[in-house]
Amino acid sequence: MIKGNFIDNLPKVYGIYTGGFIGFIIIMAIGEQMGMTSKTIGICFVAFTVAIYAIIGYLSRTAQADAYYVAGRQVPTVFNGMATAADWMSGASFVAMAGGIYFKGYGYMALLVGWTGGYVLVASLLAPYLRKFGCYTVPDFIGTRYGGNLSRFLAVVVLTVASFTYVTAQINATGTIASVALDIPFQYAVYVGLISILLCSMLGGMRGVTWTQVAQYIVLIIAYLLPVFWISNKMGAGFFPHFMLADEVARIGELEQQFGFVKNAAADLKTVPKGLAGITKAHSAVNATPWAFISLALAMMMGTASLPHVMMRYFTTPSVKAARKSVGWSLFFIFLLYSSAPMLATLSKLSLIDPSLPTGIIGKSIAEVQAIDWYQNWNQADLMFVSDFNGNGTLELNEFFMGGKAVVLATPEIAGLPYVISGLVAAGGMAAAMSTADGLILAIANALSHDLYYKIIDPKAETAKRLVVARVLLVVIGFAGATIAAMEIQGILGSVIWAFDFAMSGLFFPLVLGVWWKRANREGAIAGMALGLISGAWYLIWVRTGGSGFLGITQLTFGIFGSAVSLVSMVVVSLMTSAPNAATQKMVDEVRVPSGRSILGKQ
Amino acid sequence: MSKQTQHWEKTRGLLFTTLAIWFVFSIGIFLFGAEMESVTGPFGYPLTYWFTCQGSLGIFVILIFWFANRQEKIDEEFGFTERGDD
Repeated sequence: MIKGNFIDNLPKVYGIYTGGFIGFIIIMAIGEQMGMTSKTIGICFVAFTVAIYAIIGYLSRTAQADAYYVAGRQVPTVFNGMATAADWMSGASFVAMAGGIYFKGYGYMALLVGWTGGYVLVASLLAPYLRKFGCYTVPDFIGTRYGGNLSRFLAVVVLTVASFTYVTAQINATGTIASVALDIPFQYAVYVGLISILLCSMLGGMRGVTWTQVAQYIVLIIAYLLPVFWISNKMGAGFFPHFMLADEVARIGELEQQFGFVKNAAADLKTVPKGLAGITKAHSAVNATPWAFISLALAMMMGTASLPHVMMRYFTTPSVKAARKSVGWSLFFIFLLYSSAPMLATLSKLSLIDPSLPTGIIGKSIAEVQAIDWYQNWNQADLMFVSDFNGNGTLELNEFFMGGKAVVLATPEIAGLPYVISGLVAAGGMAAAMSTADGLILAIANALSHDLYYKIIDPKAETAKRLVVARVLLVVIGFAGATIAAMEIQGILGSVIWAFDFAMSGLFFPLVLGVWWKRANREGAIAGMALGLISGAWYLIWVRTGGSGFLGITQLTFGIFGSAVSLVSMVVVSLMTSAPNAATQKMVDEVRVPSGRSILGKQ
Repeated sequence: MSKQTQHWEKTRGLLFTTLAIWFVFSIGIFLFGAEMESVTGPFGYPLTYWFTCQGSLGIFVILIFWFANRQEKIDEEFGFTERGDD
């Protein structure tokens, strides 16, 4: 069926794959009609998709450094865009984002702007130049541009701190989904998730991760969009929700006016299970100060441009030109999901609170709500709760509580969609969390094996030995991440945002100025990375331990402080020490034009 | 002025234009979130809401493709395109 080389056949291969996946969904739907239990459907969805990724991972196995680290630099633009989108959209984007919008409205939507606007910085400031450089990892660029083992080492430290914070959250998310879908305890499910993740990356490195991420993107985007369109049509809200929900948004505003946001007494709130929240903020109205919104968006944008697992995806394109275009495609594929999240939040909220809809529960009697099947299921899963605080027997807006995850996970069931959709959503969430975890673990393992081991400790190591070290590190880091994830220290979304702040504190200005300011030198970069990371971390600890903070910078935006310190110290120290030598200046000149050989050449 | 300096000057000009547009739609308009709220935007959404959930995001996508094309033109003009790429 398929002739010739794999790269030329990509559209065909993934076309067949997509068709096969849709076929699988239909088979499951028929199975449901014929009496398959919801548990079996859930297991089938997760097991089938993970098995496919494992097969792709196995077929992509390689023993070449170029293929292992940068997928042979031959990933076409559009496919790299899909892989980046999957790499980028984590369990947080898939499972938590719509929930955040549902509860916090406008103030939270700063994340939508921040997590997309950052790509403009990636495209214009960094990606094409780093691609021209021809590095394997982000610290590779820092180490070569500025010279010296210390600068390389510091870049590895920042990368590890940021990515490790991020990856525990993703393994946590895979564990959560695996434990629900396979019905096993979370402590074991975390390791099931981890093994699935390692199956994709262990043998093929970047090549394996690239082709599984494309497959995972296809699963996650179908799993996100299908329910949104279906629910919208079923509610009669319009066949294309993105363009047709204005009335629904306005209707939520009316209902908010009608119900009012009643403040619950502290004693009443104590009875609500941990992690659940009620609707206390306006859905579409502006509810945050301009600075609160802008500072969060800005921190996420600068963080995007400093996160190494995203940047390294652009090392895999065939050319500098392709790297630029590929950023555009990445954002397009991300846009498809991000522009749907507010629509899902709107549909979910309206179907719950509008008394004129058959699914609406506000205004019904408490006993009636407690008797609903889906309420009982999600109440058992600790994701939904009602309580008659005012004792009038009727459910009010302030008496209904829900977990953030429930918006994505439970809405299909609430809207009366068949269970097969819930299984599909579980598979999509798994794909989102796995693909990001893979990218992150690989970024850390590659930095440690390439920059720390090969470049600093043993520069004479043979390729085979380097790749063994890389794989051992991959497993070690994975297990370390899973062990920490199993302890459940922080929530998913909080730690993801911290990762952005850590990355921007230490890496944003050393990377950007490395290309755009010839005068930047080694001493400046070392000061920028070290002081940026230290001051950012200090600010976070200070605010967490009761510090008041300043300029409205919170624990979610501490990167703004860290990166400001980084910029100032880098500029001051660079100007106080001697300019980089002629060879380095020439190297920067070469990085700035697409033509000619890459700086590091073929290794 | 050498060809390389001219190329870099144009590239930097494009960067500033791109970042200016980026700044307007990621930061600038959100200074006026409350003021834009009563204005009806595309598809009937309140304007602020539309920008946060579709407008700015879509503009970023278009902006990156526009930037990539312009940069390619600049590279061509000075003969700095890569050989043999797709």
